[in-house]
Amino acid sequence: MATAFADSAAPIPEAENLQAGADLVQPPSTASSRRQVRERSERLLAGKLTALGKALVAPVIGILAFLALWAVLAPQVNTSLGALPGPVEVVGQGGALYEEWSAAKASEAQFYAEQDARNEAAIAAGNPQAVRHFDYAGPPTFLDQIATSLKTVALGFVLATLVAVPIGLVCGLSPLVNAAINPLVQIMKPVSPLAWLPIVTMVISATMSGPDPMLPKSFVISAIVVMLCSLWPTLINTAVGTASIDRDLLNVGRVLKLGWFAKLTKLVLPSSLPFIFTGMRLSLGVGWMVLIAAEMLAQNPGLGKFVWDEFQNGSSQSLARIMFAVIVIGFIGFALDRIMMAFQSFASKNHQI
Amino acid sequence: MVGCKGFQFDRRGVLAALAASLALAGCGSGNGDASGGQTVSAAKLDGAIEKPNLKLGFIKLTDMAPLAIAKEKGFFADEGLNVTLEPQANWKVLLDGVIGGQLDGAHMLAGQPLAATIGYGTKADLIAPLSLDLNGNAITLSNKVWSMIAPTLPKNADGKPKHPISASVLKPVVETFGQQGKTFKMGMVFPVSTHNYELRYWLAAGGLNPGYYTPGDVGGTVAADVQLSVTPPPQMPATLEAGTIEGYCVGEPWNQAAVFKKIGVPVITDDEIWHDNPEKVFGLRKDFAEKYPATTAAVLRAIIKAQQWLDEGGGKNRPEAVKILSQPNYVGADYDVIAASMTGKFTFEPGDTRPAPGFNIFFDKFAGYPYYSDAIWYLTQMRRWGQIADDKTDQWYFDTAKAVYRPDLYLAAASKLVKDGEIPAASVPETDGFRGEQGGFIDGVTYDGKQPNAYLAKFKIGLKNGQTVTAAGVQ
Repeated sequence: MATAFADSAAPIPEAENLQAGADLVQPPSTASSRRQVRERSERLLAGKLTALGKALVAPVIGILAFLALWAVLAPQVNTSLGALPGPVEVVGQGGALYEEWSAAKASEAQFYAEQDARNEAAIAAGNPQAVRHFDYAGPPTFLDQIATSLKTVALGFVLATLVAVPIGLVCGLSPLVNAAINPLVQIMKPVSPLAWLPIVTMVISATMSGPDPMLPKSFVISAIVVMLCSLWPTLINTAVGTASIDRDLLNVGRVLKLGWFAKLTKLVLPSSLPFIFTGMRLSLGVGWMVLIAAEMLAQNPGLGKFVWDEFQNGSSQSLARIMFAVIVIGFIGFALDRIMMAFQSFASKNHQI
Repeated sequence: MVGCKGFQFDRRGVLAALAASLALAGCGSGNGDASGGQTVSAAKLDGAIEKPNLKLGFIKLTDMAPLAIAKEKGFFADEGLNVTLEPQANWKVLLDGVIGGQLDGAHMLAGQPLAATIGYGTKADLIAPLSLDLNGNAITLSNKVWSMIAPTLPKNADGKPKHPISASVLKPVVETFGQQGKTFKMGMVFPVSTHNYELRYWLAAGGLNPGYYTPGDVGGTVAADVQLSVTPPPQMPATLEAGTIEGYCVGEPWNQAAVFKKIGVPVITDDEIWHDNPEKVFGLRKDFAEKYPATTAAVLRAIIKAQQWLDEGGGKNRPEAVKILSQPNYVGADYDVIAASMTGKFTFEPGDTRPAPGFNIFFDKFAGYPYYSDAIWYLTQMRRWGQIADDKTDQWYFDTAKAVYRPDLYLAAASKLVKDGEIPAASVPETDGFRGEQGGFIDGVTYDGKQPNAYLAKFKIGLKNGQTVTAAGVQ
């Protein structure tokens, strides 16, 4: 499972090093040494260039080709909202979103300044009951939506990890439990977030009935849906990692008469940690994908709601704004994946037994 | 989008099955006590705001304007309220938000608090203390259907089609569709929406049966000549363009959007179907109004002031209102699209723009007052099409209307505004809540809110006394 998602874009420099190493072994003959050195350095340079090409030039060319195709083809697709926007319009809307954010910040500052002024006036007039401390109730900006989405996915991911890792460990250690849970996992795993949402909505609406809940219901609903969908990769990977622990290690543990807690922390966790992190990385990816769909339906403020609202607006800028959001969603998903990959390689390096 | 629609539909089906069988049977007795709880003391109404931080929901339609204006022009703030306005994906999500408490109140379809109270769909005690506007909807047909009917329309002297256009011109088109084995489909926004009833009224007045609802089913297509289905307002143009439906009835700006995008032609406004018909209401939970009377009164005062601002000076504020509504966080459509219906004109086919000064009325003609007779009209239409499965007595209609429509709350808020000199005394009607016998319907039938059953007997197409609907047909 882990290898299937391993990063294939990383450059592999072994071949070039081997080549250079082989050259070094040969004793340089005096007659042709200069030529050989030149050839060797040319070969080295060529190798470096190929590596550079792979790592930098090829992706740049790929992206440029994509942008060019987009710019050429998009204007030819006519929708009822006008032609499909090209890269320039999309970047323009990115700028417009930033300006809206600055404008919102300004009006927020103005709101608080006016509120403070009113409060001071009220106190000066001897009317302290009139003092108000309202939070600014303006519309959420694009950046607010990103922040909400990140918070939601973080909560859902943490919940998923807290549930999946213990269950996975138990499954991995006990074939009996594994056999009992496996069919359930296999059936729950492919269920789409859209199917979970109505159930989660009704349950959360019924259970969170306080007048002013600590967290908004729609936020909790989205986070729970993210949890339900991103649970499975971590659970399965943890179970597999735990089950594949070296039997000799367990036998050693038995000889040393380790308690279950010591066995867990000294043997099981360290050896299954790389698997757990691989699972978590997959989970986060799934969670981020699921979140956008959940937000669209649960009307939780976030990038999904931004996309849906813009679709509903149907103004002439809507498509460009949606495309900008799509790109941002992609970049954030990529960044989350890279962060998890760093954790994963860190866990693998430090806990290999 | 497909997933979303599917989800609503399935869930409503289940809920309706439960609710229609359980709640409808019990609602006759359940509403008896409702009128008893309507006395709210004046001291409570003018007291301190109990809940200053409010979240109100809306659908991206121009008739949410009073809420946006109350917020942007500071009327909410003047009343000591800190209001967040949140757009909702569709009417079902909005209704669930209010019932579930995520929203404190919302821009609602008049049928929603009525249907929730009688238990059609989700059962909940909702009230409507204020009507948001009169008129504001239209029916749009696809270019294809328009090209089929346009040559047959009677013309004025200037060569433009004579209005109002009767749905009878659609009959040959529907027959053509039938011969090709296709059903003629149209869209509306919600089973208990004004749009559903207006579209049904128009079709039935033209001799086309829009179909009946069986108990426990929200399809409403039994014995239908034209099949109606639900699409959220902002997706109407996209659904029409995709060819899923051949026409729709929706609020603005989604008819003018079809004109601008050249994908359809509006054929009739709801003002021509029923002159000055009541539209959206401000809906909230009954227990909210009981628990927070001063807050409720403050919200109503702010909305009434916004309604006055919208109709002030013969529409001088409308361009500013359109500018506010075109912000992405409100309606979000382009300025020109919204302005096309909100500034006293309405465009039918390109080049056929006609004056429509009464297309949106927010304050004049007592637009804000929640008349019982308006509520009863909606209830009669629910019975006419089978959403109310069995006969009800006239008294049941009166009791239900009085449980949901709350002119007492409106009057409490409005009279304080009159006292403070904010609105003229003449803008608040002196009435028993019934408008008297009303004409102005496209089919010439008159409506008297005091005689709902006699009104139902007047329709050619529609359920009569003693009739029920099963999947096999009307019995």
